[in-house]
Amino acid sequence: MNALITARGITKHFGATKALDGVDLDINAGEVHVLLGENGAGKSTLVKVLAGIHGHDAGTIEGRASLAVIHQELALVPELSVAENLFLNRLPRRFGFVDRAEMRRRAPELLRKVGLNVDPDAKVKDLGIAQQQMIEIARALDKDTSVLILDEPTAVLTDTETDRLLEIMAQLRDNRVGLVFITHHLDEIQRVADRITVLRDGRSVGVLGPRATTQHMIELMVGRPIDEQYPRARQRPGAPLLHIQGLTRRGVFEDVTIEVHAGEVVGIAGLVGAGRTEVARAAFGVDGYDHGTVAVDGKPLPRHNVQAAIKAGLGLVPEDRKGQGLVLTATVGQNLELVTLDDRDEKRLHDIAGKLRIKGRVEQPVKELSGGNQQKVVIGKWLLADPKVLILDEPTRGVDVGAKVEIYELINRMTAQGRAVLLVSSDLPEVIGMSDRVVVMAHGRVAGELPKGATQDQVMALAVQEIPA
Amino acid sequence: MSTISIRKYASENGALAGLLVLALVIALMQPAFLNAQNLLNVGVQAAVIAIMAFGMTFVVVAGGIDLSVGSIAALAAMVGALTAGPVGLLVGALCGLVNGALISYGKLPPFIATLAMLSVARGLTLVFSEGQPHETDELVTFLGSNLAPSLPLPLLLMLAFFGVTGLILTRTNLGRRMYAIGGNEEAAKLSGIDVRRNKLWIYALSGLFAAAAGLVLAGRLGSAGPQAAAGYELDAIAAVVIGGASLSGGVGRATGTLVGALVLAVLRNGLNLLQVPPFWQQVVIGVVIALAALLDSLRRR
Ligand SMILES: Nc1ncnc2c1ncn2[C@@H]1O[C@H](COP(=O)(O)OP(=O)(O)OP(=O)(O)O)[C@@H](O)[C@H]1O
Ligand SMILES: [Mg+2]
Repeated sequence: MNALITARGITKHFGATKALDGVDLDINAGEVHVLLGENGAGKSTLVKVLAGIHGHDAGTIEGRASLAVIHQELALVPELSVAENLFLNRLPRRFGFVDRAEMRRRAPELLRKVGLNVDPDAKVKDLGIAQQQMIEIARALDKDTSVLILDEPTAVLTDTETDRLLEIMAQLRDNRVGLVFITHHLDEIQRVADRITVLRDGRSVGVLGPRATTQHMIELMVGRPIDEQYPRARQRPGAPLLHIQGLTRRGVFEDVTIEVHAGEVVGIAGLVGAGRTEVARAAFGVDGYDHGTVAVDGKPLPRHNVQAAIKAGLGLVPEDRKGQGLVLTATVGQNLELVTLDDRDEKRLHDIAGKLRIKGRVEQPVKELSGGNQQKVVIGKWLLADPKVLILDEPTRGVDVGAKVEIYELINRMTAQGRAVLLVSSDLPEVIGMSDRVVVMAHGRVAGELPKGATQDQVMALAVQEIPA
Repeated sequence: MSTISIRKYASENGALAGLLVLALVIALMQPAFLNAQNLLNVGVQAAVIAIMAFGMTFVVVAGGIDLSVGSIAALAAMVGALTAGPVGLLVGALCGLVNGALISYGKLPPFIATLAMLSVARGLTLVFSEGQPHETDELVTFLGSNLAPSLPLPLLLMLAFFGVTGLILTRTNLGRRMYAIGGNEEAAKLSGIDVRRNKLWIYALSGLFAAAAGLVLAGRLGSAGPQAAAGYELDAIAAVVIGGASLSGGVGRATGTLVGALVLAVLRNGLNLLQVPPFWQQVVIGVVIALAALLDSLRRR
């Protein structure tokens, strides 16, 4: 009756891979339809078929609705301004030239809609990844569309922005827009879903109602129950392995001191812009700093020197997999071996690929993998290097619930072998559940430290602290 | 073999298919093309560009470009003629090192740094030669000679450089790092790859290969000329691109470049055999380069 788009029996092959196998999907006006499934289940492929980016081998798509899609991988032009990105393709024009005044007038309006507080003239490449995601969302909102598809928009967002986005989605639903929403965060699904289609290995294995339990969702998508979402196995802490002392970069972070001991997982929580990623990058030698020291296993590291940091036993899984983590032109295997080129070990490489359950062959181009599986490759590269201390910056972005548990088990194994992990994460349940203690940062400083068992409210109370006068 | 792997094989060898079609068309129009002596000639003609293009492949895979190879070839040959061949090689590698240093430590775009070197190396060639051609010594002349009546050394050298290039690209850490740096420099840096030092070696290799190509050319002609190899950098780049490498980095193979160089040589030879006027030859070559690049980009979709 009010179906805007009706897809029946959609089948899609990539070479020998059957990415979609007879999938049905209805998109109804005034409804949030969630697509749920493991990494590589075919969600993004289905979206791309609906959007006409990929053709399909069999099946029918009916209904003519104007469609806007926010894709899983960001599609902004880094060198252009926020405003120019917002109106890309349909820049307001006057006498044949771009009408900058009109653009500047309309941009703040759109930015306000998504609650983003940035200068419309700022270059997109100077913004954080969460802010970039919000710009993508704002851009999609400007068009008058009857269907909006969002492919894992919340993977890079923190709670505040996610809340804002879910509110916007609820408003759109009330305005009779049909929404398709993909996420690996089951709590978000419970908050907005009207209907949930679960995909497994390219097939639709069930349609659930809005009141489905997380256990039910997990069983349907993974094929087995998961008892413990955060299976942290604590170790008795040993000698300090990573010592960040009084680290300061003027205007970015100040006097940050963090110590991580052998066998420990220390979490760093905080809002976007609190300086967590910046501290992690400075410690690893990617960026410089003004004062302070970083020592690994008692030995101080030279500033701004990644090679020395790696030699001393430090590793960093960066937050932006496409920009900093992966060589997209290379294969899965070539990416995995990047840190360990000097002592390559085929057997361990296949071993790690298996343990992480990377869906894709080692000799396959990494750009053909689904988003979550690409993320596993970035983590695998560093697990192969087996550093004394591994800094993980948002390691499970876009990873499904089952694979997350595998990654947590690998973290447990590292610490059981006397290694240490510094876990930067905006996913509060994760950072609380997997860390032995949580350092909370606010405005570039350490706002406080909480022991195991802290609540989300305690973390947030520290994270939103005002700057001490 | 399944249909998929056949299709994959064909698409990976698009340039090779193009070469075969080209050769077939020319052979049909002018059977003399298939004459053994003519085919050897084609090989020799391809050798200089191919050796230069192999060095260029390293640079392009690593996401750069080297416009100075023609000038470096001329300078190396001239220095070789005035002193000794090996000194020429050394000078070529040094020029490459300077390129690399300007690019990695001076942070100049490769286009600008090597454009400057194009001018400097050509200028030095003119200065040293005082504008005159100079005879090559025995060693260099030998490089351009025939080992046996139907065994030209340039052809063998081309194959040797081909083998070395393939080995470097696929079997050495330097080669693996070229792909990483060209594919995503930031990710390479964060994986502990010393991007700056590796670029130094990559441009030095390109300079060395260009010098070798210059010596082979001079050896063939028996003399080093002040304007030798002018414009060859464009042929080298064309060979690399026809071979399927991407100028945005991270993609490229030794076989592709070899085929690319052969395509250019076959085309020139064929056009001569068919007595196409030289002015028109340029037009045809340009069209073929555009077609090759176009086919490649269609294939990638
Ligand atoms: N261009 C491509 N070439 C080859 N295989 C592809 C391509 N795109 C996707 N695939 C394969 O299709 C399958 C489905 O991928 P898809 O990206 O749809 O997964 P997804 O459900 O979106 O996963 P994720 O949660 O990780 O984003 C995967 O096995 C993937 O490797
Ligand atoms: Mg996806």
